[in-house]
Amino acid sequence: MQVDLRVLRYDPERDSKPYWAEYLVESGPMERVLDLLHRVKWEQDGTLTFRRSCAHGVCGSDAMLINGRNRLACKIRVDQLGRRISVAPLPGLPVVKDLVVDMEDFFAKYRSVRPYLVNEAPLPARERLQSPQARARYDDTTKCILCAACTTSCPSFWAQKSYVGPAAIVNAHRFVFDSRDEAAQERLEILADKDGVWRCRTVFNCTDACPRGINITQAILEVSAAIVERRI
Amino acid sequence: MMVSRGATRSPVIHEFEAVIVGAGGAGLWAALELARAGVRTAVLTKLYPTRSHTGAAQGGVCAALGNLEEDHWEWHMFDTVKGGDYLVDQDGAEVLAQEAIERVIELEQMGLPFNRTPDGRIDQRRFGGHTRNFGEGPVRRSCFAADRTGHMILQTLYQQCIKHEVTFFDEYHVVDLLVDDGLTGGVVAYRIADGELHVFRAAAVLLATGGNGRMFRVTSNAHTLTGDGMALAYRRGIPLQDMEFYQFHPTGIVGLGILLSEAARGEGGYLLNDQGERFMERYAPRLMELAPRDLVSRAIYMETRAGRGIGGQDFVYLDVRHLGREVIEAKLPDITDFARIYQGVEPLTQPVPIQPTAHYAMGGVPTDIEARVVVDDRGTVLPGLHAAGEAACVSVHGANRLGTNSLVDLLVFGRRAGRSMAEYCRSAAAPELVANAHEPVRAELDALRTRGVGENPNHIRAELAAAMMDDCGVFRTGDGLRRLVPRIRELKERYERARVQDAGSIFNTDLLEAHELGYLLDCAEATVASALAREESRGAHFREDHPERDDGDWLKHTLAYRAEGGPRLAYKPVTITRFEPKPRTY
Repeated sequence: MQVDLRVLRYDPERDSKPYWAEYLVESGPMERVLDLLHRVKWEQDGTLTFRRSCAHGVCGSDAMLINGRNRLACKIRVDQLGRRISVAPLPGLPVVKDLVVDMEDFFAKYRSVRPYLVNEAPLPARERLQSPQARARYDDTTKCILCAACTTSCPSFWAQKSYVGPAAIVNAHRFVFDSRDEAAQERLEILADKDGVWRCRTVFNCTDACPRGINITQAILEVSAAIVERRI
Repeated sequence: MMVSRGATRSPVIHEFEAVIVGAGGAGLWAALELARAGVRTAVLTKLYPTRSHTGAAQGGVCAALGNLEEDHWEWHMFDTVKGGDYLVDQDGAEVLAQEAIERVIELEQMGLPFNRTPDGRIDQRRFGGHTRNFGEGPVRRSCFAADRTGHMILQTLYQQCIKHEVTFFDEYHVVDLLVDDGLTGGVVAYRIADGELHVFRAAAVLLATGGNGRMFRVTSNAHTLTGDGMALAYRRGIPLQDMEFYQFHPTGIVGLGILLSEAARGEGGYLLNDQGERFMERYAPRLMELAPRDLVSRAIYMETRAGRGIGGQDFVYLDVRHLGREVIEAKLPDITDFARIYQGVEPLTQPVPIQPTAHYAMGGVPTDIEARVVVDDRGTVLPGLHAAGEAACVSVHGANRLGTNSLVDLLVFGRRAGRSMAEYCRSAAAPELVANAHEPVRAELDALRTRGVGENPNHIRAELAAAMMDDCGVFRTGDGLRRLVPRIRELKERYERARVQDAGSIFNTDLLEAHELGYLLDCAEATVASALAREESRGAHFREDHPERDDGDWLKHTLAYRAEGGPRLAYKPVTITRFEPKPRTY
């Protein structure tokens, strides 16, 4: 079938402002939006620009706004969208070119929550023990691929760009609830800041947007509850 | 915004002691070692580190921890050697199997969320070709984090790099390797954000760029796996080793090539033909579905050729229904998701159509067990240059890699590379930069986007991938490979006249992809020449016109050097220590 693909384009070297470009693309129902973008780029217009790598939903490169929702272009099929498909860059981040946004601030916020295991105890000769129950406690948030679909779907983030955002909180959660970690207190202090968890208005956009199915809103609420419990 | 049209500007110069190209598992572990040693290091990646393809690895990482049943590193070493059809260098396999244990423990201590046994230790499961007591039957050796082990390895190592304040240059595409007077001098990189060239001067360089699966039409590999490190070395006169050994993974999603992990079979999944038979019985009666990948991929082709593919077509079924919802959802969540999304198949109630997919290069840039690049058959080291992970060939995989050993390889030899580089940097300094070291590659990049008219490079890439799939895939013949030689030469000639549409400087992925195609063409040229010359069948290299393994003439590694008119081939002996070559049955 033929798909009417609209892409919000902008090349700072050529364009004074963004514009919608339209392409007619041949597609099968099981093909992904990424396949359509490639078809345009390889056959019609080589200047169409987007990030992608693994093409099966695990690297997180190709998050974009597709028919009004943040998703991975490699993980959403044409038959799920219909014959009219619109694609725009992730909202709320500066556009570099076409569908490519500037990710530097996003990764800086990720780094700001100390996203690594802290445990200064002497190392045992073998692995540390962790029960399957303790392991399950933080399983959901280990799935994050840092695609930014959640943070850039969040109205609180759009309104206040200094908000650390759902993705960073998810990655803090992954360590706060890991029984092996000793730095929960410091992370919770970081997230108790005015640009931390309290900016969440539980709109659930992040949870809806997550291509990994992480229950992000719940993770944020669990971090908030931990802050309250510890009276930070 | 400022616009710069490269041609007249001088490059930005950076001074480091060590440069790592590629931020997958091997590059990140090397970076950690260098950070711990206090060596000034830059890590360059054409993506963001967390986008690297290590993250796509699913099933696990083997180490003889013996957490669930008796196991020994000697058994792991034996399986690796036999799995590689005895082309493995056994000094390397010994290091691999021994140090796997330490590296997995260390990963746990870095925070990797392994699945756990009821008593809290790292859980382990079966995997293809991994056996107890030198081949008696499957053993639980693969340590895993659900079916996203690679994702967790990549995340954990990146997290540790943040902790150790490693310096990253994200979205820098490396376009040249500087080697001057027999010494490593650094690299030239293209900054994707603005098209500027950057020269990184450094005494030690690590090529950790991963594989080259995009030279095949159906592949599990990311679009960005274009053999960059291999081609960079090849262009500088360094040989590529054992390129004819390319692994096709048995269970790819039909048409797309997306991988459904061997973990599905490790947990007990079946392979079924059109008659509902577990056909592996005919090919590997002892290990069945858990035979090594080269055997299983060939078996699938044999079945479909004999008309026993599903509905007579070119695929068979992977069936996990009998494992039950609980096992599938706890241990195989991602790959069942892949089947749902990309095939519209529900693995809980339906068998999944699969076919072999191009997956892993056993060959690559030759190194010794310290990850130092060696340039000939006598072990001569090119000072300062290192390679690790899929880009390298130690060789621990020989003619066919065992499942999970790719992750073991990048952990063990990524770490060794970092240590070796730190050692080298203690005594060596980078040679002075040659004036205008960046000019040849600037001319090359400018030609791709400014020559008057030229062919669309995407057509060349598609033709390359189709031709390689047809004539250099699971089954090969002398005739097919002889056809491919002039075909690739023709594609290379057309590439010299290609032109991209995007002439801009900012985030020019059109240019980037075209440049990557140049790397793929070099890899393909070396692969085809090596495959044509090797008139035997061993591991993943199966010649229908020479179906037997021939230890008399071919128990040796291939070295392909770039030369005018096509690669020049040389050979070097295989290191054999504990295990004499034997017939390989499972």
